[in-house]
Amino acid sequence: MRFALQINEGPYTHQASDTAYQFAKAALARGHEIFRVFFYHDGVNNGTRYTVPPQDDRNLQKLWSDLAEQHNVDLVVCIAAAQRRGILDANEAKRQGKDGDNIAPGFRISGLGQLIEAGIQADRLIVFGD
Amino acid sequence: MSTLHTVNKSPYERNALKSCLDHVSSGDTVLLIEDGVLAARKGGAFVSALRDAGCLVCALGPDLSARGVAADVAEGIHVIDYGGFVDLAAAAKRVCAWL
Repeated sequence: MRFALQINEGPYTHQASDTAYQFAKAALARGHEIFRVFFYHDGVNNGTRYTVPPQDDRNLQKLWSDLAEQHNVDLVVCIAAAQRRGILDANEAKRQGKDGDNIAPGFRISGLGQLIEAGIQADRLIVFGD
Repeated sequence: MSTLHTVNKSPYERNALKSCLDHVSSGDTVLLIEDGVLAARKGGAFVSALRDAGCLVCALGPDLSARGVAADVAEGIHVIDYGGFVDLAAAAKRVCAWL
């Protein structure tokens, strides 16, 4: 089965990103596909590579990036939510005249259409958030 | 046409569980996750409402354990793991998150 996930909450806030990650891992272990993970609202904060959590804590950004690499999961950050919160890729940084970008490996910035498409293409869309 | 309802807020803090229970149909499943698992505690104020909901009620085991209430789950509530969450989501026609 093809799942799509939506995450509305930042890392280390409550638990949405952790729950979604554990769900994604369990789904992949059962042979399902994760079509896309759409990071919306504060959820976009999962996608900055500048997070440096303590070494004995989980690194949610890295967990997502590794999952994307290992299982070819499409991690999409909402552009409007990202601009408000300072999440930029190289193109956006240039377009907005900023001095650097911070998007994490495996994440890409795109629009709300990607969420709509995920809802259409996936068998189930599951929302995690606040 | 069954629905899996996820509730991730404590019923003692928000009314997500109450809203959910006001909308469930027979054949649906309610899954308590994150702080939502606190509704599953034996002797809690929401146990009878869950029993009267007329649908399958599950709670996520790792979230019960994280809150120290895994040994304290009311009768009739099924404890599942993340794999069970995936199975419920696949078995239902849709998943509705009561945030």
